Amino acid sequence: MNEVELLNWARGPGLVGASFIMVFGIILRLFEIFSLGKAKEYAEVRSSGAMGGIKTIIQRSIPEPRYWRYIGAAYLFHVGLFVVIFFFMPHILMFESVLGFSWPALPNFIIDIFSVLTIGGMIYTLMSRFTNPSRRIMTVFSDYLVWAVTFLPVITGYMTFHRFVGDYTCMLAIHILSVELLMIVLPFSKLSHSFSFAISRWYTGSAFGKRGTL
Amino acid sequence: MTKKTHRLSDELQKHGISRRSFLKFCTAMASAMALPPMAANVMAETLEKVQRQSVIWLSFQECTGCTESLTRSHKPSIESLIFDFISLDYHHTLQAASGDAAELAREQAMHAHKGKYILIVDGSIPTKDDGVYSTIAGMTNLDMLKEVAKDAAAIVSIGTCAAYGGLPKAAPNPTGAQSVSEIIKDKPIINIPGCPPIPVVMTGVLAHVLTLGIPELDSHGRPVAFYGDSIHDRCYRRPFYDQGLFAKSFDDDGARKGWCLYEVGCKGPVTHNACATLKWNNGTSFPIQSGHGCIGCSEPDFWDAGGFYKALSTSNAEPGHWAGVALGAGAVVGAAAALANRHSHKQAESDKTEITLDDMKESDA
Repeated sequence: MNEVELLNWARGPGLVGASFIMVFGIILRLFEIFSLGKAKEYAEVRSSGAMGGIKTIIQRSIPEPRYWRYIGAAYLFHVGLFVVIFFFMPHILMFESVLGFSWPALPNFIIDIFSVLTIGGMIYTLMSRFTNPSRRIMTVFSDYLVWAVTFLPVITGYMTFHRFVGDYTCMLAIHILSVELLMIVLPFSKLSHSFSFAISRWYTGSAFGKRGTL
Repeated sequence: MTKKTHRLSDELQKHGISRRSFLKFCTAMASAMALPPMAANVMAETLEKVQRQSVIWLSFQECTGCTESLTRSHKPSIESLIFDFISLDYHHTLQAASGDAAELAREQAMHAHKGKYILIVDGSIPTKDDGVYSTIAGMTNLDMLKEVAKDAAAIVSIGTCAAYGGLPKAAPNPTGAQSVSEIIKDKPIINIPGCPPIPVVMTGVLAHVLTLGIPELDSHGRPVAFYGDSIHDRCYRRPFYDQGLFAKSFDDDGARKGWCLYEVGCKGPVTHNACATLKWNNGTSFPIQSGHGCIGCSEPDFWDAGGFYKALSTSNAEPGHWAGVALGAGAVVGAAAALANRHSHKQAESDKTEITLDDMKESDA
């Protein structure tokens, strides 16, 4: 298989398969999560829990100043990922071809800046897992795995855009394949927080709210 | 048919071409192929002395577009003289002879220049059902290629069909079309892809083969001198890509201002050819300059690389269509999993038995 065939495969059957698994996985996980239901309240319920739910979703999105370096780096790469994924013109064309609508793109040099910030933020958070003793104890293998499958599309995308190594066709194929790996891993790993974070925060917050602790 | 051997210098003088213009041609060829300056002199000296090179041109599953490109694009020039100089001993479209006489010419050339002739192929070779889908004088293309390739010094695959299979190989490839390099493995093969290739690339490569031998080739067998850069890297519209200025359709304001054609499907970033630098019609223009995106015609399997008007970053299949199926399947399996979970919870609930303090004391004892 040469690089042209690889790119054609990545843009065709590869992408169809990865999209299928991702959508299938997300829906499956959502059904699983919601079917767990709510825990029975043994004490008298003090409020509906709605306020507590909303408050927790917002509160836990606000950075904790004590760990500003780590949280800052984590914030940076999350925002960076969002900007790079959703505001780079070729990406928007991809979304438009699937969703049927589009939105304005950011100029390439801004995307470039956010790519560097994302890469920097991700490397900092990884290093922190090695250097900080408590973080090192908490880290399990899957943390490194999800870091790697998230980092690969970013670094290969950056390298493709700047034509750092080898053939553009080959790099583009590798970039798309790395995104497909991310799409497949996403619903079945810790990366599922991308669609479940609000649900879990709401659940915890509303439980606190009902018990009057929030 | 064997012709009287004579030198290019004689041929040039006969056509009133001065030595100065001949040297200019050699310099242009050498610089087009990014050769060192001295190569122009070597090329000139060798070309002047070289004997008429026997060339057999085989046309298989093709449209004659490559021959048209080569013979009709320029006013008579030194390049065309190079072709006068070559002894084109067999070529369906260009030769006067036909039928048995034509086939005889081929056989004579093969015999007289055994091991020395250059074989040029345009068109792909059908291999399915023993190659019956294309025959010449009762002989399949497959057999003819094998027979002529056997005693060739080198093979030049002209056009994307010969180089990679091209249009005949496009899915579902009903004739089992293959490229020359898929069939012939023991000869040096130079691929000059394009649909059609640029005339000066064909003449330039042939001049190189005649004087300096086989040029440096890339992983797809293409001369690096002409196919080393991508269209995108050499495109005069590249600054618009970098600034994020794109034509959204072929008649919008962006298109009129000459902005980048990426969004309307240009395949320039993944296409390697010299169109953006050498251009077409005697250096007049090339597709992007005329307002149309590059279709990637010098790359393998470009027909099957998705629509010509679909942006490179979009899928060449329909992931959205399948996403709908995935949504349904995910919901069905998810609901089944949810029901199973509920059932096992209920089962656990109903299996609970009351344990008293006395029971626990007993089990402890």
